Amino acid sequence: MTVERAISEPKDQFPIGMRVLAVDDDPTCLLLLETLLRRCQYNVTTTSQAITALKLLRENKNKFDLVISDVHMPDMDGFKLLEHVGLEMDLPVIMLSANGDTKLVMKGITHGACDYLLKPVRIEELQNIWQHVVRRKKFDRKDGDNSGSQDKPHIDNGGAAGMGGVDQNGKLNKKRKDQNEDEDEEHDENGHDNEDPSTQKKPRVVWSVELHRKFVAAVNQLGIDTEAVPKKILELMNVEKLTRENVASHLQKYRLYLKRISCVANQQANMAAALGSADSNYLRMGPLNGLGTFHTLAGSDQLHNAALRSFPPSGVLGRLNTPAGLGMRGLPSPGMIQLGHVQNSGNTSNDQSKLQSFVIPGNHNANTLQGMPMSLELDQLQNNKGVSHIGELPTAANTTVFPVSGSLMDARISGCSNNPLLGVTSNSLMLEGSSQQTTLHPSNLRDSVSTMGFQNGNTLSDFTSIATASNQLQCSKADLQCQASPTSCNAGQIIRSAPPEWNAPYHSNVMCCSINSSIPVNGAMVPLGQCLDQNNPNFHRNMDLDSIAPSNFVDPISLKRSEGFNSAMEPAVIQKEGYFQPRPQGGYNVGSLEDLASAMMKEGPDTRKLADGDFGCNGYSHRTCI
Amino acid sequence: MDVVKLQKQLVDYRASLYHEAFLDEQFTQLQELQDENNPDFVVEVVSLFFEDSERLLNELAKALEQQSIDFKRVDAHVHQLKGSSSSIGAQRVQKVCITFRNYCEEQNVEGCLKCLQQVKHEYSLVKTKLETMFKILAAGGSIPM
Repeated sequence: MTVERAISEPKDQFPIGMRVLAVDDDPTCLLLLETLLRRCQYNVTTTSQAITALKLLRENKNKFDLVISDVHMPDMDGFKLLEHVGLEMDLPVIMLSANGDTKLVMKGITHGACDYLLKPVRIEELQNIWQHVVRRKKFDRKDGDNSGSQDKPHIDNGGAAGMGGVDQNGKLNKKRKDQNEDEDEEHDENGHDNEDPSTQKKPRVVWSVELHRKFVAAVNQLGIDTEAVPKKILELMNVEKLTRENVASHLQKYRLYLKRISCVANQQANMAAALGSADSNYLRMGPLNGLGTFHTLAGSDQLHNAALRSFPPSGVLGRLNTPAGLGMRGLPSPGMIQLGHVQNSGNTSNDQSKLQSFVIPGNHNANTLQGMPMSLELDQLQNNKGVSHIGELPTAANTTVFPVSGSLMDARISGCSNNPLLGVTSNSLMLEGSSQQTTLHPSNLRDSVSTMGFQNGNTLSDFTSIATASNQLQCSKADLQCQASPTSCNAGQIIRSAPPEWNAPYHSNVMCCSINSSIPVNGAMVPLGQCLDQNNPNFHRNMDLDSIAPSNFVDPISLKRSEGFNSAMEPAVIQKEGYFQPRPQGGYNVGSLEDLASAMMKEGPDTRKLADGDFGCNGYSHRTCI
Repeated sequence: MDVVKLQKQLVDYRASLYHEAFLDEQFTQLQELQDENNPDFVVEVVSLFFEDSERLLNELAKALEQQSIDFKRVDAHVHQLKGSSSSIGAQRVQKVCITFRNYCEEQNVEGCLKCLQQVKHEYSLVKTKLETMFKILAAGGSIPM
């Protein structure tokens, strides 16, 4: 049956013909599995390579209903695959292993697996797996937005669940990422399209940056642990065509994300410090894509790639990134980056928005950013120039806004050095930014950034919030490196996605960004989570890049900068690790982001330099990144 | 031998395999999966198992010959062998693998080498037995359930 058809088949016929993708490197087991599945009357496709599996899945998102995968595989860890699938495709994944260790099983479940089976598999067990598909679909159907998307989200994956094409801007934010699976790209499918407002029609709801921002704003307003029920959130958000179910599943993922972030947050703080030095950390963030919230990066192991990846840069942090985020060197406007949706490293194109990642969580840094750290940072950043993104920073006072969340943390960010743009030049930056706004990051930052950065006055406020959130922005280091953490994440993300935009000197930054984007995404996510937890208000603000009021930005930033930035960076960095978990070890096969991140990381010192050189405030080439 | 005799022989032989724990109920499952649509399923799977196992055993021998043994790698191979042997029901092989893995964790070279010998032994035993059974099957035409 055709792919779609399967889904729309009547319930009673449904299990029959369900399309399963089986992945196992052991040929004996694979053949056995295939035969068993066929016996259950499912439609089976097999492959012994995880990479091939991902390719198949990516080719056509709607081609499969369910994925069964072995845990131990030579080319890619089963958990990584799990994350990817969860984030990118939001399909139910069942893990399979000869090893029934409770720890492993736990790992599988926390990564978002629907089920964990032990080898040898019995046919009775396989006869029930279709339930997972139905469960998932149910949410989607109810939403009514998608008609047959099976994957919809959900709750398990935390990933993309509700992607609603609502706002295209930001494609999926990082939210997803942490939770489960790594799937950082999760939304990538949806995500990148964010450009299209009419995505709603699509079966999946794309949680664009903008949409996610609204969501977070609503949640913050209501109180994450108390009043934030889907119904009320939906009312507050007031988005057309978004259903309660979309919100419900997204909320679930978000909650998971927050949890992860809080773990990561601690790490992030460390990371921030480390950011300055830890390029590698930044890399980690890379995978985070978009999450920008470094927080996640740092601590959230969970976020690991999956989060980052999947999180299409909610970009929330994007703002935060503002300078900090970009930390990378020139952090192209962390805030901006965030916006970048860092969509999952995968999507790069859309990533931009992803970066948005919630740098906000940057809060972990202790809020130092509180408020304006960003702006301050920017000043400092000026040196960095790298701040390219900052361009977005609302220069209100300091263009530095970038400090935002270092989500971009990418190791590069450590340099926030880009700042030159930021602070003082903020004006100049802004100017540049403003003009560049468009350039900044056309893709992601779009929403967030543009509003932010250029608003000079406004952006700052955004940043501030971001900054606070991101703490990272603290950039006090002048490098903004840290701060960028959340932003960096974002920035990273944005950058990543934005590379094309960046045409400007940002090459290096772009690189960073690119990496960052991947990282930040996650990072962003984390911070976001944290922010939420810690400073809802801050976070909230971050989320709204647009509305940020520059004023705050200025003061806090300077203070915070030093602290924030570092911390920001750190978390991001950390996140990366956590996020990716396997992190570069090899787990990263997947991500291009990772590669980027690693590349970026390596470049660290160089990039920084570049950043300075390139960014030179003048043209903040970074901005383009944004 | 006439068919009935062959069939009886097969049944008995198979029963002995179970009895001696060479095979477990997983093997029964395999047989149940074989049907007219998939008439050679058991032979196919078992052949795959033989091939794969031989490869793994070679890898294991190589890995354990190294100056500095990479236990992670050894463990990965054993894990795979364990998985595939359990999938076809080669119980004794599977059991040895479990012990083998423990030694790997402890990084006990002696223990690993010993287990390697043991697993090779068990493997060749089960292989011979299965091949014999297949011969009977081939001669008799089908496996009476």
